[in-house]
Amino acid sequence: MGEAREDTREDTFEDTREDTFDVALTVNGAHRTARVPARRLLSDLLRHDLGLTGTHVGCEHGVCGCCTVLLDGDPVRSCLMLAVTASGHEVTTVEGLAAPDGTPSPVQRAFRECHGLQCGFCTPGFLCTVTALLRETPRPTQDQVLEGISGNLCRCTGYQNIVASVHRAADLIARSAEEGEA
Amino acid sequence: MKPPPFGYRAPVTLDEALDALAARPSGKVLAGGQSLIPLLNMRLAAPPELVDINRVAELDTLHVGDGGVRVGALARHTRVERSAAAAAVQPLLRRALRHVAHPVIRNRGTVVGSLAHADPAAELPAVLAVLDGTVDAASTRGRRTIPAADFFVGPLEPALEPGELAVSAYFPAAPPRTGTAFMETARRHGDYAIAGVAAVVTLDDDLRVSAARAGYLGISATPLVLDLTGAAGPHGDWTAAAAHVRDTVDPVADIHAGAAYRRHLTGVLTERALKRAAAEALRKAED
Ligand SMILES: Cc1cc2nc3c(=O)[nH]c(=O)nc-3n(C[C@H](O)[C@H](O)[C@H](O)COP(=O)(O)OP(=O)(O)OC[C@H]3O[C@@H](n4cnc5c(N)ncnc54)[C@H](O)[C@@H]3O)c2cc1C
Ligand code: FES
Ligand code: FES
Repeated sequence: MGEAREDTREDTFEDTREDTFDVALTVNGAHRTARVPARRLLSDLLRHDLGLTGTHVGCEHGVCGCCTVLLDGDPVRSCLMLAVTASGHEVTTVEGLAAPDGTPSPVQRAFRECHGLQCGFCTPGFLCTVTALLRETPRPTQDQVLEGISGNLCRCTGYQNIVASVHRAADLIARSAEEGEA
Repeated sequence: MKPPPFGYRAPVTLDEALDALAARPSGKVLAGGQSLIPLLNMRLAAPPELVDINRVAELDTLHVGDGGVRVGALARHTRVERSAAAAAVQPLLRRALRHVAHPVIRNRGTVVGSLAHADPAAELPAVLAVLDGTVDAASTRGRRTIPAADFFVGPLEPALEPGELAVSAYFPAAPPRTGTAFMETARRHGDYAIAGVAAVVTLDDDLRVSAARAGYLGISATPLVLDLTGAAGPHGDWTAAAAHVRDTVDPVADIHAGAAYRRHLTGVLTERALKRAAAEALRKAED
């Protein structure tokens, strides 16, 4: 009996020694590297290994949308992607949305102006999702806004102010484009 | 929660991927990860090894020909949904894809991954089944083409052997004078459906119904395809066809809906979808 138990313990020890992998990716314009086990989620790489805690984690199965980041410009769930898969790609998190001098982006300004957030837990995911939505559809219809944010949950606002924020952000982006041309 | 530990391979060619799968046949393919990673996070799956195909560029393909649409294993839902060429040749693809999860999930999830996952409530398996499409699978032992009717064996169970990778799926084009429609009812838009139907109606030269078929999701363990040509008759009695479906189907009950409600819903969706498909077929025939 005693012997058998010894064996089991050794097996367990062997099993828990995990291989690690080098990942190198661009996060908010900066080159970042880490050495992580294959099972490290991109959300955890960002939060734990790189210290970027702006990306929030609500459910870890793709439903809440809080962990949404931009991967090569497209919104994706960082809780449904392995860090090793993201290696070599470009990631933008909520920390990367403002201008380098800290000026909030039009989407961030709109959420502030229209009270598009209360507790703020869902906000990073909404900001990344909406940034990509407006890049692709600068003047979304009401239906396009609803479809665009349908995968993000908010337990505070009741969504009305978030929808208003998206339309407001579209106005702000259009105005700054006009000013840029003038 | 966090995934359990697993071995990891990230091949860059198909041959390397097949070698990796042959070396560890109980390993699993990681495509978009939109179904597999939730299962890992919830620890409902613990494969010894993942073969990540996201770097296999030769699988990132979408070929549209007159005969149909061939979707490579790495083509994401979004890419296929946005392809105007694919929508022109087989409109059911885009129509169904709009019901698959949310846009952000569709940016990563793959069409072939959705077929390989074989969820009974998923949209694309029903589309492949109603169109009599096929899946091409490869392993180090060779290649084979699996008809949709044989591909879906049970819930979450495709007809793939250990060590086999689904390389592509083929969705045949709609014949002339054919209309299609896709309809489903879900608790919330983007959720898996309680029940759904993909309908295909073809008219003959005299504008009589020559074929009416419906593929169902959410009501049985694998996609159910019913030939409704006889039940609808040459003039397209869609109410009769729907009644026939209500009498024929044997829906499953689960926490989302009871069997009686699913049966009722299946009838309602059938009638609406067939009507819409027939109207589209008529427009095409008159063009
Ligand atoms: C919140 C949420 C909602 C969703 N709602 C829906 C919905 O309404 N309808 C719907 O259809 N789907 C839905 N999905 C799932 C989504 O469509 C997935 O993308 C899809 O089911 C699987 O594709 P994938 O590429 O992500 O596969 P993965 O998650 O990578 O793999 C899924 C399974 O298929 C196997 N596999 C994948 N590719 C291959 C291959 N080429 N060869 C062999 N095996 C392979 C994997 O080993 C695994 O077992 C939802 C997902 C989420 C997170
Ligand atoms: S934490 Fe990723 S979607 Fe909820
Ligand atoms: S602001 Fe609290 S969850 Fe959205």
